Amino acid sequence: MKRHLVTTSLAVLALGVTAACGSGGDSGKAESSTGPIKVWLSNNPEEIAWGKAMVKEWNDAHSDQKVSAQEIPAGKTSEEVIGAAITAGNAPCLVFNTSPAAVPQFEKQGGLVALDDFKGAKDYIEQRSGDSAEQYQSPDGKYYQIPWKQNPVMIFYNKDMFKKAGLDVDNPPLKTYDQFLATSKKIVDSKAAPAAIAPAPSSEFFQSWFDFYPLYAAESGGKQTIEDGKATFNDEAGKDVWNFWAQMYKDGYTPQEKYDGDSFADKKAAMAVVGPWAIAVYKGKVNWGAVPVPTKEGMDPSEIHTFTDAKNIALYSACKNQKTAWDVLKFATSKEQDGKLLETTGQMPIRSDLPTTYADYFAKNPDYKAFADQASRTVEVPNVPNSVEIWQEIRDNFSSSVIFGKTSVDEAIKAAADKADELAGQS
Amino acid sequence: MLTKVFGRQPLGTVFAAPYALFLALVFAYPLGLAVWISFHDYFFAAPGAQVDRPFVGLENYQTVLSDPDVQRAFLNVAIFLVINVPLTVVLSLVLATGLNSIVRARTFLRVSYYVPYVTASVALVGVWLFLFSSGGLVNQVLGPLAPSPSWLVNSHLAMPVIALFVTWKQMGFFILLYLAALQGVSKDLYEAASIDGAGRFRSFMNVTVPGVRSATSLVVILATITGANLFTEPYLLTNGGGPDGASASPVFVMYQKGIEQGNPDTASAIGVILVALVLVIALVQRRFLERD
Repeated sequence: MKRHLVTTSLAVLALGVTAACGSGGDSGKAESSTGPIKVWLSNNPEEIAWGKAMVKEWNDAHSDQKVSAQEIPAGKTSEEVIGAAITAGNAPCLVFNTSPAAVPQFEKQGGLVALDDFKGAKDYIEQRSGDSAEQYQSPDGKYYQIPWKQNPVMIFYNKDMFKKAGLDVDNPPLKTYDQFLATSKKIVDSKAAPAAIAPAPSSEFFQSWFDFYPLYAAESGGKQTIEDGKATFNDEAGKDVWNFWAQMYKDGYTPQEKYDGDSFADKKAAMAVVGPWAIAVYKGKVNWGAVPVPTKEGMDPSEIHTFTDAKNIALYSACKNQKTAWDVLKFATSKEQDGKLLETTGQMPIRSDLPTTYADYFAKNPDYKAFADQASRTVEVPNVPNSVEIWQEIRDNFSSSVIFGKTSVDEAIKAAADKADELAGQS
Repeated sequence: MLTKVFGRQPLGTVFAAPYALFLALVFAYPLGLAVWISFHDYFFAAPGAQVDRPFVGLENYQTVLSDPDVQRAFLNVAIFLVINVPLTVVLSLVLATGLNSIVRARTFLRVSYYVPYVTASVALVGVWLFLFSSGGLVNQVLGPLAPSPSWLVNSHLAMPVIALFVTWKQMGFFILLYLAALQGVSKDLYEAASIDGAGRFRSFMNVTVPGVRSATSLVVILATITGANLFTEPYLLTNGGGPDGASASPVFVMYQKGIEQGNPDTASAIGVILVALVLVIALVQRRFLERD
């Protein structure tokens, strides 16, 4: 009874302080030092399989620089675990699951190493990822993360449900907002599915990446929510997207209550906003098709942008053998390893020449082709200070106006943009 | 000299020392540190990182007190306490009295009430989601009388549902406290009341309730403290304090600000305000409940 959460939270805060009082290592020496290192992998089975194989290959060739890999320790989110590890000084050398939204915070904590400090690193990153790399640069112009792989999100639809609703399953009317609403109405009215689409309506800061942001990226022609330190989304495109979703909720095509499970796999919704990881997950369970996210007036698919849903690799400052870590990082993002990652996980390496580099793979796996094409038009979360806080503001205002209809969209989007301006301007 | 340092019973001091040390390290030190953090521009940093943490006076307190989300969270937890604490006291006492008087199935019922208390909230939340979600059992039974929006996404009902959940979950522990207190109420008093013509209800009000007053004081204070620390239920049952912040608690907002958003300074300010408020409420409660 005495172990109350407040006290526990205070204890966590205290541990943070005590850990922060420790002394750091010699970072200059660490940069040129080689030897054994630890890496953390994401905890999904496909990525673990790829990671272990990659580590084995490295270890077989580098007996003096052994890599030991483990899954990210359990926590509410990976970012919390990594943040705590940075504070405690026991972060691994590399984390193959670093969220771009968390990078500004980790950087502020002094937990990341600027990769530019390694010879040729900047060129390596920019050659590998092309123009996309710029989105991952921090405001100081340095790279504290290497763009690794992305899951460009698209609209998955259940062909059987669409057929039941009397819709065209090969060319579903999902290009414009009006078409999307009409299609949703048919699905719900025909009882083909209880909901047309069911993105999580909960208040976690990252949920906007799967309803608002992909559609905003498309409608705005590839804008980030913050550009040049100012919020962009209080514009016509932003308001159109919020109003579109508000209509979906108002008309009951999208439920206000979170479904505890996968609504698409469980046939509770006829559509889902997901990336290519879903192809393997829904194989044999859902007869699916995929189309780009809708825009207000409809766009040619080759012009439509979407959200990356990327996860990157970062090198952490607690690492004693940073030279080895950088070499492993390059090895893990080599053309060969990227190909293996694609084959094992279906996730898209952030490479500028993806469809041509792995042409054989996409010829054998045509389901992934549309995602490879979409991968060249993706928008990342902005790399700005207070990134998570800004996304929480966006989510709270979206929730209030769009999901629950308590405030007007215009007021809410302005409030979110004003707060985002204020937060992005802070250090 | 030894007596001066360790008192007249040095062995007692030795026995008490480990817990005193535990309290100092795990409660007193963090509390003091949280107060310190709340007066500084503070964030967690890697060991050895050169960071500036200037004294900012009451700035963090001004920030959180003017934050509508924080104000809302304190209002939410006040609603929660207004429902949860009286309900806990009344139901625990009534059920404990009932359990104390029955002979058959006593152990079974005691265990039944205690099981939710020792079961992880995460597991119990699953059961309540099954009951109170839109397509849940409760709405199916209610049919057209089911509220719209449904319980957990209804801004007027989400917090009361959470209060009910916590009352039910904690009940077993408080029943045990009352059962222990009831053993100290003399049977003679009930006999005297009976001779004076008091019925069961009158005996309950005039003998049982005053007889367990010290336990009631403890139950009220413990229920207030645990209630003020509400976190798991808004996090899991209403998916992050939803709908639209209607069930966000101060500790949940602390978690968002301190852990998710990397602002332990403002999170600490919320924590310190919460501790101060709980202390004030507890003192007022003691004054009222122990005035005799």
